[in-house]
Amino acid sequence: MSIPEVSYVVPDDPGRNWGHLAEMRVDPIGLFERVRAECGDIGRFRLADKDVVLVSGAEANEQFFRAPDSTLDQAAAYPFMTPIFGKGVVFDASPEERQQMLKNQALRGDMMRGHASTIEAEIRRMVADWGDAGEIDLLDWFAELTIYTTSACLIGRPFREELDSSFAHHYHELERGTDALAYVDPYLDIESFRRRDAAREQLVELVRGIIDRRKARGTVPREERDLLDVLISIDMSADHITGIFISMMFAGHHTSSGTASWALIELMRNPETMAAVVTELDDLYADGSEVSFQALRSIPQLEAALKETLRLHPPLVILMRVVREEIELAGHRIPPGTVVAASPRVSNRIGTDFPDPETFDPGRYVDPRQEDLQNRWTWIPFGAGKHRCVGNAFAMMQMKAIFSVILRDYEFEMAQPPESYRDDVSKMVIQLEQPCRVRYRRRQR
Amino acid sequence: MSFRVVADLDLCQAHQVCQGEAPQVFGFDAEADRVTVLQEHPDESLRSDVRSAVKYCPAMALAIEEE
Repeated sequence: MSIPEVSYVVPDDPGRNWGHLAEMRVDPIGLFERVRAECGDIGRFRLADKDVVLVSGAEANEQFFRAPDSTLDQAAAYPFMTPIFGKGVVFDASPEERQQMLKNQALRGDMMRGHASTIEAEIRRMVADWGDAGEIDLLDWFAELTIYTTSACLIGRPFREELDSSFAHHYHELERGTDALAYVDPYLDIESFRRRDAAREQLVELVRGIIDRRKARGTVPREERDLLDVLISIDMSADHITGIFISMMFAGHHTSSGTASWALIELMRNPETMAAVVTELDDLYADGSEVSFQALRSIPQLEAALKETLRLHPPLVILMRVVREEIELAGHRIPPGTVVAASPRVSNRIGTDFPDPETFDPGRYVDPRQEDLQNRWTWIPFGAGKHRCVGNAFAMMQMKAIFSVILRDYEFEMAQPPESYRDDVSKMVIQLEQPCRVRYRRRQR
Repeated sequence: MSFRVVADLDLCQAHQVCQGEAPQVFGFDAEADRVTVLQEHPDESLRSDVRSAVKYCPAMALAIEEE
């Protein structure tokens, strides 16, 4: 292949021939940035026995994101997901079809108002025992909150009522079980994969218990049923149901949890933006309007802060596809079987598109700059094109609801140095590194 | 200065947010499951509604072109 290969910074394990896998496991962002720095809009690294062609920049990204499913296959590109959804679980629908189903059901526009009020209620439950002041761990707190919100909104409130923090704990172990070693073998005998598989079994047991209680309870009126009742009624196994629930919640969980955490961190690091957002929210809700109403409407300062958080801290740092039919990217013909990728983390910080790219500047999204709309193929925290995250409106609504509640009732300060908040990038699912502690105090109003 | 409304049908995901923001400008083709542009050159008075539709389109499929 004539596409240049990026240099090595972290040596391969002796005798392995795993290419850049070792670096992928300790500093994937450094690797992706170096591909662009050394190779330009198209470069290549090696992940075990696979070539990964990484593109960046508007032109190559557009070619990547516009390619039809028959050319670039999304499902096969993420082998680390198979054991999480379940090895034996055969889905009746492709990921594209399931995404479409989700959009047509739980993510429908007319469902959003109900979701907004569900989310508000879940946040209020989570802060109910906060008292006037205290300290939380951002990862633990937001990961638990978003288990409740995603399960309540995507599966159903009766199911959510059966969950407690143990579900969030096991779910977190699944997300931790995404070591890039999965590109060698997703069933390797390593600690994080063993914990992943044990956590999945625990989740199946939790779901089995819920199913047993539903069966013992007997049928309930239609309006009290949720997706679980539907799946029980067609005799689906607990293992299969759990796999479906895990996959439905996956895209919305760590992504929302991480974004909420980083948004709060950036607001604390940028007191002027925090002050502007708090004033905006106080004014907006001064007339006693509901969060479930306002979260679906424009909240410009908060939206700009959220967009800038997403630009700097995209929850997914790399989006991958497997080439099915030869495709041309940035002037190179890429043969079938190659893995191709785009990196939100790299593209979101291209200096020619986003001046002063490392700086948190919500002013980028204000007229006439609108750097998100001006750079549709490089401002890509939600991806782009046909597969652009179908949950992005839900996600933005959820973020607006969360901050509408917590910033009006509490003020926050960092409980550790500003620069000590960072991501743990050792897994494909990136999460905040602990400790990530924050102090809150009830506002005097 | 007038403006033109552009919808990229390859990108539309049929969220129908635009119909809520600017119902006079955007329609929906249920069969194709895609947006339709009812007025390619809307009146200046509709500009801010169209701008909201462009901004909140979950698929980033809409644009305004100045003419």
